[in-house]
Amino acid sequence: MSLRLTAATAARVLRQIRHDPRTLGLLLVVPCVLMGLLAWIYNQTPLFDRIGAPLLGMFPFLVMFLVTSIATLRERQSGTLERLLALPLAKADLVGGYALAFGLLAAVQALVASTFASYVLGLDVAGDAWLLIVVAVVDCLLGTALGLFLSAFAATEFQAVQFLPAFVLPQFLLCGLLVPRDQLPDVLHWISNVLPLSYAVDAMHTISVDANGGADVAQDIAVMLAFVVVLIGLGAATLRRRTP
Amino acid sequence: MVKSGQGAGPAIRVEDLRVVRGGRTVIPGLSLEVPRGQVVGLLGPSGCGKTTLMRCLVGVQQVAGGRVEVLGEPAGAKQLRHRVGYVTQAPSVYGDLTVRENLAYFAQVVGVRRGALAAEVNRVLDLVALADHAGSRVTSLSGGQLSRVSLAAALVGTPELLVLDEPTVGLDPVLRRDLWEIFRRLAREGATLLVSSHVMDEAVRCDRLLLMRAGLILADDTLAGVLATTGAPDAERAFLTLVDRAEAAAGAAGRSTGTSTGLRA
Repeated sequence: MSLRLTAATAARVLRQIRHDPRTLGLLLVVPCVLMGLLAWIYNQTPLFDRIGAPLLGMFPFLVMFLVTSIATLRERQSGTLERLLALPLAKADLVGGYALAFGLLAAVQALVASTFASYVLGLDVAGDAWLLIVVAVVDCLLGTALGLFLSAFAATEFQAVQFLPAFVLPQFLLCGLLVPRDQLPDVLHWISNVLPLSYAVDAMHTISVDANGGADVAQDIAVMLAFVVVLIGLGAATLRRRTP
Repeated sequence: MVKSGQGAGPAIRVEDLRVVRGGRTVIPGLSLEVPRGQVVGLLGPSGCGKTTLMRCLVGVQQVAGGRVEVLGEPAGAKQLRHRVGYVTQAPSVYGDLTVRENLAYFAQVVGVRRGALAAEVNRVLDLVALADHAGSRVTSLSGGQLSRVSLAAALVGTPELLVLDEPTVGLDPVLRRDLWEIFRRLAREGATLLVSSHVMDEAVRCDRLLLMRAGLILADDTLAGVLATTGAPDAERAFLTLVDRAEAAAGAAGRSTGTSTGLRA
């Protein structure tokens, strides 16, 4: 692995996005619109303050998962992946380059969405508002890492798109947003313990209700980052230079 | 500009290569040698295993057996990857980047340093006559321009061996002639080129020919040599003669041993 090639790959991915301003616009605007819609739905109720933060982590996770899955699938189908694998590029450089590029985009997206939610929509949290941004960025990274890993198993666009309901929606159902995780049936609770999105929602929930929850949030972030590292590692491991 | 030392052994040496894809043997045991500094044509019908063989040479194909040596190293070896350029059959560049951005990225990947990047990209752009389109997005290019970008992406960093999968197929005659001029020029500068095609007319432009069918090499010779052994007037009829002879031989072998000549599963 080389830092130079990882950076070159990340720069290349960002250049591709820059040539596609509509995608860039969607990435930044859609989470804001969704948060605005949510604030409007729960107008005059305290519910927005309670679930606003967890959803702030959820939307970017979804978007980055999809964008990453499609981007890597395109790389596979355009033949550029085969070309790159015949060249002196480490697999970790490629996966790392994607993670870096989408991580940067994710950071901007999280910054815009969190700022919009806090200052325009008046999302009120007990903890520090800047922690929302940190968790949202890590959450985006998580979506990117999961997309990088799972796209290895998608042979077609149809499959890649269906990985969203297959692998992301179950996490949404079990993450504690619909029913608090400790009230889930035991088996589902155990399962939710090994799903990364659960920790994102835990962290966001802590920020919402606990002014002194910094240590808990840090622990959740550490678990999420561990997931990111493992998923990126798996993503690189499932990439094969020699294919049948 | 001469990079490949003469007399340092062949550019490619394949011994008893076997490849199985999807349970089907596509290369049942193939051996060949490609000398350095020449343009060698790998000719044969669609589906005969040309692409599979090329994928073996660049180290992206799983092989079932045999030895593949490229520039004196095992194919696909790490220290080899910046010395071999590979152009896949379908143009494989980033459609949403400009020509220059594509070439700059691939140049960085093969190890061209930042300071030398612009000069290297310009050199390759001139070589494939795309300097005027350097700033164009690849999706806006014509088919012929697109295939030249794909070729250019393999030329950055001056690889010693170029493996080109059907680079001229489907292009207009002028463009084909231009590409062959580029290939000849690269060979003069010391590179070895393996160029595949299913169009037999391309034989006249190659220093040597590898005629391939059903995963086997029928002939490994110059065009003159192939014509002399077959008594055929051109490459296409020479190929057909060789196919007929191979089938007759296989048929005779099958009758004498009483077994089927079908491929093993």
